[in-house]
Amino acid sequence: MPLSRRSFILAGVAGVTFGSLRWALAQPAERVIPVVARKFVFLPNEIVLKRGEPVTLEFTAPEVVMGFSVPALKLRTDIIPGQVARLHMVPETEGTFDFLCDIFCGDGHEGMTGRLIVTA
Amino acid sequence: MHRSINRRDFLKLTGLGGVVFASGLAGGASYAASKASDFHFVQLSDSHWGFSGPAVNPEAGSTLKRAVAAVNSLAMPPDFIIFTGDLTHTTDDPQIRRTRMREFKAIVADLNVRNIHFLPGEHDASLDHGAAFQEFFGPTHYSFDYQGVHFVVLDNVSDPAARVGEEQLAWLKSDLTRHAKDAPIVVLTHRPLFDLAPQWDWATRDGSQVVDLLMPYENVTVFYGHIHQEHHHMTGHIAHHAARSLIFPLPAPGSQPKREPVKWDPEHPFRGLGFRSVAEDDAGRKIAIDERPLAGG
Repeated sequence: MPLSRRSFILAGVAGVTFGSLRWALAQPAERVIPVVARKFVFLPNEIVLKRGEPVTLEFTAPEVVMGFSVPALKLRTDIIPGQVARLHMVPETEGTFDFLCDIFCGDGHEGMTGRLIVTA
Repeated sequence: MHRSINRRDFLKLTGLGGVVFASGLAGGASYAASKASDFHFVQLSDSHWGFSGPAVNPEAGSTLKRAVAAVNSLAMPPDFIIFTGDLTHTTDDPQIRRTRMREFKAIVADLNVRNIHFLPGEHDASLDHGAAFQEFFGPTHYSFDYQGVHFVVLDNVSDPAARVGEEQLAWLKSDLTRHAKDAPIVVLTHRPLFDLAPQWDWATRDGSQVVDLLMPYENVTVFYGHIHQEHHHMTGHIAHHAARSLIFPLPAPGSQPKREPVKWDPEHPFRGLGFRSVAEDDAGRKIAIDERPLAGG
C-alpha cells in the first residue's frame, strides 16, 4: 500500500529523531560540574576529572566577586555575583593541579584554594 | 639628610656584612658618579596591624612597636624609610579599617626618621580600591628622587585582581622616559612583579608588562613585600628583593601544599621577622642589603 504524503513525512521525522537519539547515546553527555565560590571556600574544593573527558565547570558566587584560577593550566575566570561563569575543558594531562581564588575577597582569601585531580 | 662619609665607614655603618648586589652594568658610569651619593634607607613590610592569631604571633600587639624601636636604635639613622604594604590587616568593616590605619600611623610616628614613604598592600587597599589608604597615606603610586636615584612606587593591589592596570602602566612609561637608560632606578611595590608562585597568589597579573617597561633601563632594582620572607630573584638584569614581615613568616614558595603561616616558636620568639637596611653605593649601581632580624634583640 503506497504511503500517503503525511505518513512519509512522519516516518522521516521519526527517522531523524531516532538517528539523533542513537548519536546521543553513542556520545557521552558533557559533564557539568557546579562550583560555588563563597567566603572563603570553593564547594567542592576537590574536583576529579578524567583525562580526555570534556567537562564544563559552572561557577557561581553568591556574595562578592571571586576568581577561579588554575595557574599550571593557564585557566581562569572571574565569578560575578548574579552571573554563571563557565569554563569548558578537556583535560589532557593526568595530575593534581592547585586552584585558588585570585581576586582578593577578604580575611580568609589566602585559604581559598582547592585541587583539580585529573585521572587516567 | 645626607651625611658625608667615606665608603668604608658607609659600608660598616650600614652593616654590609650582608649581601651586596651589583645592579646594572659594570661599565658606562656616565650618569653616576657626580650625580649621586651614598645613602641608605630602611624597608619595613607587612606589619598587618590589627591581625589576631596567637598561634602564629602572640605578640601581634607589640611587634610593630618593636620594629620601630629597632630602627630608632640603628647606629646610623637611615635617610628615609619605606613601608612596602600590608600596613594593616584586612577587615570588611570600613570603620575598623580606618581605625587600624589611624593606630598604625600613631605607632610609626615614633620613628625618629620623618621622611617615610608608604605604599599599600592588598590587605590595606583591595576591598575599597585604596580609598581608606589614600585618606591616611596619600597616593598609591608615585615617584620621587633621592640623591640621584629615581624611586618609583607602583600599586599592584588596589585592583583586587592584582593588576597594575593600563592607566598606571601608561603613567610608568611616561615617568621612565624622563630618565636616561643608565639612570639608577628603584621600584617599590607590594606583590612580586614576576610569577614567583601564582598558585599561592604570589604574582602580579600584568607584572610582565611592568618588567617589559623597565627592561630597557640598565640599572633597576625592585623591592617588594607580600611573601613574608627574604627572597631574591632576577628577571634578566633586574633584581627583585622581597622583605621579611613584621607579623608572621610564610613558607618558602611552593615548598608545601598550603600557604599557611609559620607557627610561633616560643623557644625562638620573633624568628623569621625583621626588616632590612638598603645601602645605595657607587651612585646607585651597587645595592647592599643588610637583613635585620627582630629576634634576639
